Amino acid sequence: MLLNMSKTIKLRKGLDIRLVGEAEKVLVELPMPATVSLKPSDFHRLTPKMVVKVGDHVNAGSVVFCDKYNEQVKFVSPVSGTIKDVVRGDKRRILEVVITTDGNQVFVEHGPKNVAELSGDEIKETMLANGLFAFVKQRPLDVVADPAQTPKSIFVSAFDSAPLAADLDFMLHGHGADFQAGLNALAKLTTGKVHLNVNGKAGVDEIFAKATNVQINTIVGKHPAGNVGPQIHHIDPVNKGEFVWSVNAQDVAIIGRFFNTGKFDAHKIVALTGSESIHPKYFKTVIGANVASILKDNVKQDGDVRVVSGNALTGDKIEADGHLGFYHNQLTLLPEGNELKFVLTKGWMGPGLDKFSNNRLMLSTWLGGKKRYRMDTNTNGEERAFVMTGELERVFPFDILPMQLVKAAITNDIDGMENLGIYEVAPEDFALCEYVCTTKVNIQDEIRRGLDIIAEECM
Amino acid sequence: MEPKFAKGGKLEKWHPVFESFATLAFTPAIVTKKGSHIRDGVDLKRTMITVIIAMIPCLLFGIYNTGHWEMVAESGNRGLDFWSDGGAKFIAGLIVVLPMIVVSYGVGLTIEFIFGIMRGHSLHEGFLVSGMLIPLVMPADCPLWMIGVATAFAVIIGKEVFGGTGMNIVNVALTARAFLFFAYPTSMSGDKVWMAGQEANVDGFTGSTALGDLATFVSDKPVFENLDAYTNHYSLADSFFGMIPGSIGETSTLMCLIGAAILIISGVGSLRIIASFFAGGLIMGLILNGISGNAFFDLPAHYHLVIGGFAFGAVFMATDPVTAAQTAQGKIIYGLLGGIMAILIRVLNPAYPEGVMLAILFMNIMAPIIDHYVIQGNIKRRLKRLKTA
Repeated sequence: MLLNMSKTIKLRKGLDIRLVGEAEKVLVELPMPATVSLKPSDFHRLTPKMVVKVGDHVNAGSVVFCDKYNEQVKFVSPVSGTIKDVVRGDKRRILEVVITTDGNQVFVEHGPKNVAELSGDEIKETMLANGLFAFVKQRPLDVVADPAQTPKSIFVSAFDSAPLAADLDFMLHGHGADFQAGLNALAKLTTGKVHLNVNGKAGVDEIFAKATNVQINTIVGKHPAGNVGPQIHHIDPVNKGEFVWSVNAQDVAIIGRFFNTGKFDAHKIVALTGSESIHPKYFKTVIGANVASILKDNVKQDGDVRVVSGNALTGDKIEADGHLGFYHNQLTLLPEGNELKFVLTKGWMGPGLDKFSNNRLMLSTWLGGKKRYRMDTNTNGEERAFVMTGELERVFPFDILPMQLVKAAITNDIDGMENLGIYEVAPEDFALCEYVCTTKVNIQDEIRRGLDIIAEECM
Repeated sequence: MEPKFAKGGKLEKWHPVFESFATLAFTPAIVTKKGSHIRDGVDLKRTMITVIIAMIPCLLFGIYNTGHWEMVAESGNRGLDFWSDGGAKFIAGLIVVLPMIVVSYGVGLTIEFIFGIMRGHSLHEGFLVSGMLIPLVMPADCPLWMIGVATAFAVIIGKEVFGGTGMNIVNVALTARAFLFFAYPTSMSGDKVWMAGQEANVDGFTGSTALGDLATFVSDKPVFENLDAYTNHYSLADSFFGMIPGSIGETSTLMCLIGAAILIISGVGSLRIIASFFAGGLIMGLILNGISGNAFFDLPAHYHLVIGGFAFGAVFMATDPVTAAQTAQGKIIYGLLGGIMAILIRVLNPAYPEGVMLAILFMNIMAPIIDHYVIQGNIKRRLKRLKTA
């Protein structure tokens, strides 16, 4: 008799940042973008080895590059077209591989496979060879998973709680067959369970509620409740020497689609959000798409705008004709805060009604309620030492001491980091800490550096 | 004007000074480069100005109180009505206190600017608060040159040597006070320093404070015959409202509590530290009441909270986030032990009528050890999970 082990996790700490510009639940289908790109920088610690060169023709699913130090991990083109450019940066590091689309979507055909009939190793090899392993990330280190390791569990979050985050229920509705096939494939990759974590504060689409072969857990809380980090910490925490893998929900459907159809069909839905977008809504496009067609006629023109691939806390800044990040399903348009702010109105003695804050020194915090704010990219103060204490703990729902861990990372204290829980965390878990911190220190960057040191020295 | 101060400009070396004043008027146009694209609107300037606002009630009452006791000293009449001659008293108090504030900020900020120029960064905001705290913990008759020397010592040795704002181990204002206490003890204690203008006083007049008189109970010549006479002279109400002699800002417990409310409601001051500090003092007072030995032991525990610098220390000194314990559980232990030590030193040590300053300084040094054990607890929980995994 199978026991229902599903857990309900209540997170007491966190912060929902209320920004202007939530995407309306309207879907616009876009034609194939002019270009698509794969950015090795999306895969931290990856050194790519090119398999094709400029001018080569590729189909959707053709290998473009592989991991230089683990060549079985392949990264494939999301579209059919021609390799237009391999953009290099300092020390000839590959920054971006740009592919011109040819308008037809020609796939590399493999033929559908029945996941139930395959063994775990066969599934893993199929995923590695066809670029599907790129969707799988691991803790510790928050990098593309190491296929040599077996995870003790796999986590899929069914909701995204980040500011202006896309609604996964809306985006995956109707894709139940693909999503379930993806879950079945993942279930064979681990000795433990696949955890599907749903939002306890809202209704849940049937594709999540009726998923099988998984343990469904309910998470109640403010952001970062939708991140896998706190979910893993409270359900199956990572100890030194163990591995937990995670996959974004839309990417699970892409994996399932591959097994169901035999094609690497990388179409996904992206939400255009943010105060500087005129009509924030959803667009159907493809992984790595050029965002110009999404942004066309949809960007406010009064002042500089920062285009962020991803959400305002963890996303990457891109150009207005740049490309979507591999893992991202959201674009956030923010006003650049590159103007001086007068002390008594918008500065440090102002009433603080114009900004969203977690701090009671700003009047906006006392208003509470549902008001949304237009936040710009100004740091709102210069960088300082750690003076205030207790700020980070309020938005960090882990049994981990955030300030002490950040300080250990800043001072390259390997023992300190190990003891304080570096194996469990990813930079995105600290995004809210970075947001609220009076010091304006780039906390996510410091944690990433700390993780790099651990990767070099301890793993 | 900025190009003169920018790299390559004529006044490049003074850029930190320019930047310090410019950022007082305007938040700079710096945008986020890494990590989160948006940041909260709170910064250290907003935090520090809130602490200064919280100190204003103590400051204003202290100025008036100083003026009052100066008039008492000049007339030799300790029974002078508190509320008479209000305007003249406030002016008299200002004449005493304002120069102290000017000296404190002047010396402190100059030194910080020099260090800022040497290190190439603008003024960090820590001294905005310390500069106000230092005069508030000085006796009214303290010579200005002593305040200058003490401020210089506290800023250089107590703070800048360790790296500046956020890096100090001990509270800067208390370092200044402790320096004067140990270097010029006769000017810092006794019965001649608490009221301005005492040289002109009448024979037989003493400018002693409540604590000073209390401490005499353990000597051969107690000022009051018994505890009741003492509590009649220094009534609970007078001590709570602050109409007693003492350091400039410390006398009024009520004003300190208003400051505490401002700090707690705004989230700048830790309720944990303030509450546990008061609790610790009360507990120690009750223990001493239980043991009972002399009148000092028998002083009702709640009295300890309103006389001397206890309330001021609890609200403004112990809560300094840099020098206090930094973990949540650590703050409670830190506050409790601080309150306990303050009353312990007061009652048991005849050389130090006021124990709050030393107790807080001691707890500043012990705070990292308290945090260490809290952190160890967190680490052990993680290791235990590893073993059972």
